[in-house]
Amino acid sequence: MTATYDARGLVELDGTIPRVSEIDGERAVMEARELSTRKINAELRWLLYERGVKDVTILNPSARHSLGVGILTRSRITFEGSLGYFGCGLIDGPEVRINGRVGWSVAENMMSGVVVIESNAGSLAGAALRGGDLVVKGQVGARTGIDQKGGTIIVMGSAGSMTGFMMQRGRQIILGDVGHGLGDSMYDGTLYVGGKVASLGIDCVEGEWTDADTELIERKFRIYGLGEPPELKKFVCGKKLYNYDSLEPSERKLVL
Amino acid sequence: MCGIAGIIYRNGGGEHRVGADMTAMLQAMKHRGPDSTGYALYRTASDGYVMHVKLAESNGYQEFDLAERLNRQRADIESRMKASGAAISSIDSTTSQHAMTVAFGFDGDLKQLADYIEDVRDTEVLSLGRSLEIIKDLGDADTVAADYKLGSFIGTHAIGHARMATESDVDIANAHPYWAYPFPDVAVVHNGQLTNYHQWRRRLERAGHRFQSECDSEIIAVYLAERMAQGDSLEDSMRRSLGELDGVFTYLCVTEDALGVAKDELGAKPLVLYESDEIVALASEEIAIRRVVDREIETYDPYEGAVMVWTR
Repeated sequence: MTATYDARGLVELDGTIPRVSEIDGERAVMEARELSTRKINAELRWLLYERGVKDVTILNPSARHSLGVGILTRSRITFEGSLGYFGCGLIDGPEVRINGRVGWSVAENMMSGVVVIESNAGSLAGAALRGGDLVVKGQVGARTGIDQKGGTIIVMGSAGSMTGFMMQRGRQIILGDVGHGLGDSMYDGTLYVGGKVASLGIDCVEGEWTDADTELIERKFRIYGLGEPPELKKFVCGKKLYNYDSLEPSERKLVL
Repeated sequence: MCGIAGIIYRNGGGEHRVGADMTAMLQAMKHRGPDSTGYALYRTASDGYVMHVKLAESNGYQEFDLAERLNRQRADIESRMKASGAAISSIDSTTSQHAMTVAFGFDGDLKQLADYIEDVRDTEVLSLGRSLEIIKDLGDADTVAADYKLGSFIGTHAIGHARMATESDVDIANAHPYWAYPFPDVAVVHNGQLTNYHQWRRRLERAGHRFQSECDSEIIAVYLAERMAQGDSLEDSMRRSLGELDGVFTYLCVTEDALGVAKDELGAKPLVLYESDEIVALASEEIAIRRVVDREIETYDPYEGAVMVWTR
């Protein structure tokens, strides 16, 4: 449904596609400075879905919210600048590079794909992540990967409190220090930490290192060119708090 | 939700367009709270005091003789100030019918003076100081800035607030910033909810503090006023507040020459920080900072439990 009336001046009513990008075969460059959030997203979808463009560069995103959301196709998207909140949420497929910083809830609920952030990220990075890789080269805020259900989050800097809160699956590799309540109320999944842990959350315990852990870390560092991995500690769920199984509904059918 | 913002200029002098800058920052965060907008603006300290007074609610009950009542209030305030020994240099009530700004010289007890003025029915002293001016009213930042002519305000630093009312009414009494009554030149804006509000309100009322609203955020200003009255510094008071105030909060506090921020221990409310040699700018969202620093910048979120103070 499209809004047609806005009493408080908070809704963007005009959703027409601006069609201003410079397109060169499968590549396109969008100058976003003068465009509204809604127009940037409409233009991006038009390029990827209707013009067959596979590689889009967006100039001057200017820290606006909700850019690059809901993209469900394999593609390469580069933001030359910082994003605000909810950047690249609900995506399935794209390889995104953000040459700047992001606000809260980046890559929320990503199904597959890659999001690489060159600078810092706010809180709730990779919230409810289902798959794909989220790489943050700077530091992140609190509650990174809250409710994470798959995929991998790599943070080169430090992380705030409640990292991996209620995590259900997937992996997080934090190279720096983490705040209080690491892995609080986690159900499953693995947390790797290189720096100091301020405190562990409820039912989060240190896990036993295996060859599979070494293989995973080395592979991810190789893919993203992150150099030699440092020594990490592994944290997992103590499984004292819950009695659920950790299977997806489709997997449960296969097992039973 | 609410949006908060703060800006302090480091490159000397008091000649900055702080009114216009703060308006741009708050307008960029209108989506965080379109109910009311408030400013605590600072200019270079002068010898005299400036007092902002609210005479009535802008959306309150409009009795048929409201204009007459406001005139009576103005006259009453003026005569009470004179009787207290204040040397009034100017009275400005042209900006808004229900507000009044008085510039005056005074060397007596400020609390006594403020108490005496607030004793006039329906009157609230919004701010009182040598450099602080608090302006708050209903509407978004552009509306309030136009009503109170803030575009031309030249000063040194400021905080501001775009309010989405969650715990109390949409009116001026419940709008931020709050002045740390009776401390001249101290003001607070807050994003969040305080859960031990009633406990602290009873405690602080017993200690003799006055409350003008039902807003939980007012506690922070009064709490800091009480701590400073006990001899604590601003930074120590803020640090102590992390343990004594319950709930989720990020708040900004300003004094004549400093700007401080405190975040609760859960880090539940956002704040983005930008620091350079020229300015320090903080806001709930980076998009607000980009309205005054229009280029790619390095910013980050301070962690939970952070208390930071910058001086001019």
